[in-house]
Amino acid sequence: MSTEIATKSTKYWQGISQALTEEMDRDERVVLVGEDVGRAGGPYGLTRGLQDRFGADRVRDTPISEAVLMGLGVGSGAVGLRPIVEVMFFDFAMLMMDQLINQGAKYRYFTGHPLPLTVRAMCGAGGHNGAQHSQNIEAWFCGVPGLKVAMSSNARDAKGLLKSAVRDDDPTLIIETQGLLRDRFDVPVVDDLLIPLGVADVRRTGTDVTVVATGRMVPRAVEAAEGLADEISVEVVDPRTISPLDTATILESVAKTGRLVVAQEALSPCSVAAEVCSLAAEHCFAELKAPPVRVTPDFTNVPTPLPLVEARVPQADTIAAAIRTTLA
Amino acid sequence: MVTSIDDQLDALGASTDPALGRYATMQLCRRFEETVHDQFHSEQGVPGPLHLAIGQEAVAVGACHDLRTTDVITSTHRGHHHCIAKGARTDRMMAELLGRRPGYSHGRGGSMHIAIPEIGLLGTNGIVGGGIPIATGAAYGLQVQKRDDVVICFFGEGAAAEGVLAEALNVASLWKLPIVFLCENNQYVELAAQDLHVAGEIWRRGTGYAVPGVHVDGNDVDAVTAAVGEAVERARTGGGPTIIEALTFRWFGHYAGDKAAFRTDEEVELGRAGDPIVRARKALDPVVVAEVDRVVEDEIASALRFALSSPVSGPDVLSLNHLASV
Ligand SMILES: Cc1ncc(C[n+]2csc(CCOP(=O)(O)OP(=O)(O)O)c2C)c(N)n1
Repeated sequence: MSTEIATKSTKYWQGISQALTEEMDRDERVVLVGEDVGRAGGPYGLTRGLQDRFGADRVRDTPISEAVLMGLGVGSGAVGLRPIVEVMFFDFAMLMMDQLINQGAKYRYFTGHPLPLTVRAMCGAGGHNGAQHSQNIEAWFCGVPGLKVAMSSNARDAKGLLKSAVRDDDPTLIIETQGLLRDRFDVPVVDDLLIPLGVADVRRTGTDVTVVATGRMVPRAVEAAEGLADEISVEVVDPRTISPLDTATILESVAKTGRLVVAQEALSPCSVAAEVCSLAAEHCFAELKAPPVRVTPDFTNVPTPLPLVEARVPQADTIAAAIRTTLA
Repeated sequence: MVTSIDDQLDALGASTDPALGRYATMQLCRRFEETVHDQFHSEQGVPGPLHLAIGQEAVAVGACHDLRTTDVITSTHRGHHHCIAKGARTDRMMAELLGRRPGYSHGRGGSMHIAIPEIGLLGTNGIVGGGIPIATGAAYGLQVQKRDDVVICFFGEGAAAEGVLAEALNVASLWKLPIVFLCENNQYVELAAQDLHVAGEIWRRGTGYAVPGVHVDGNDVDAVTAAVGEAVERARTGGGPTIIEALTFRWFGHYAGDKAAFRTDEEVELGRAGDPIVRARKALDPVVVAEVDRVVEDEIASALRFALSSPVSGPDVLSLNHLASV
């Protein structure tokens, strides 16, 4: 007997909001700290009502002090809380680097003790936010032992990854994407939606080409795959956790199809796409039937007007064209 | 049966006479560091940098003397004395500094990476000012949990130039956090006198944030205990943060091996004349002091024996303790 799990159409921001509410409800050690998260209900409105419900101690508005904001996560996590630090724009993490990388990510290495710190960073990609509020700098965080990095591409994962991160005993950075906030996705209706860290999602199975995509590029990769369905069988893999990568799932797919396209909104050099291509070259050399292809923006800064933003980043047809080149 | 150093010192009156207790801990810090310093110059050396706090013991010991194990401190790159004053074991510290397996971080961290959460030590630190945001976060954590524990955040006068201090003072004052910002001014910042680094007076820097400021003679352990004790009491009872500047003197160069060419012999001689240990000893019974010194000597000798007889950490420790899962 098949047990169909019911789903509900849910906006990406609602997934995040539900995760915060559920986890704070479940465990009183969970606190949320950030700029305008409390009284104002969050710069994106997704923490609205949380302070009324959980109090100003647990939903704490901070001054504009990013280094100390990350320190609030590290220090309070070290004395018994399970903090969630909200980074209003991912770009602002640059002002928090010491606390996250030099301190938090090394806490377990120095002490042997857990640091249950969750960092939620809202990447401005897909908005009209300009070059200091839209950068996909996720690769910078992927070379850090002691830090997990995840990136959600839909409401289900935004919710389930966040809930898992809050319960996880390691510092975990979750990158959310502004351009997806109002998009709707089917989210399973279950009591406790947990998406495990470290496990990729095969979004669509196929046999000719593997497309690995992250963040906003995942829906586009799926759209490209569906558009080509009559001629090419495309498998789409969303790593979800980008450090540590679920290399087994990715490589299994590449070994099967023998062709690889990687699509991301981040710049190409030294990126997650570069890493995935290297892994394929190292481990699937014999199976590869064509050179791997990276689909990324050109090596330029992010513009402000939306039409320019979209002119710069891969679209479904850019990804489709790249898929075709691997079969040419 | 071997009795612990605490029991032996208690038998000499260290727990009933606070002045004697503080003296004993200062002497323990001093002898620990002198011993590591000797190791540094020994044939095998010390496998990492060493920043000695010799001469500064009164600040750490005076500040930590009345703390509970559950109180929290953050330390600095120059923090052996903070660790010992907060209750770290000298044998495991010695093992860590000498790169041995039973060190607090399996001998792979060294002097700047000793962190022992179970005694409230959230770390010495390789990043100048790096402990300041952590201390602030710990204070927030204690406040949310409604614990009446407090945080002491040690930092140098050089670290006072880091922007995080301004952020932390503002946040701590806004939220009335249970924290004492304790600037240990040893008059030198890395390879220069503090006049290259410090504008005005650090203890006054709380003024604009409505954080009370206090300055104290950092070579007078009783005065440090009194000043910090008052601030700790205020922090414990919801009165919020204090910034304290304790003036002391760094006896050696920036790191072990540094010839300290940036200062004159006369300057050093004058500075060392303020030796906090000599000062504390004056008020005590010389017979008891001699006994205490002997106990300390035994403790340090056994810590060194422990370290030297422990296995040198090998590549098997490299991958330990990175992630809890995955
Ligand atoms: C962020 C950072 N900048 C620079 C250094 C190099 N450094 C190590 S100790 C030190 C001087 C710190 O001076 P102070 O805080 O007064 O402490 P002291 O060494 O005098 O005890 C410097 C510049 C560092 N470790 N971290």
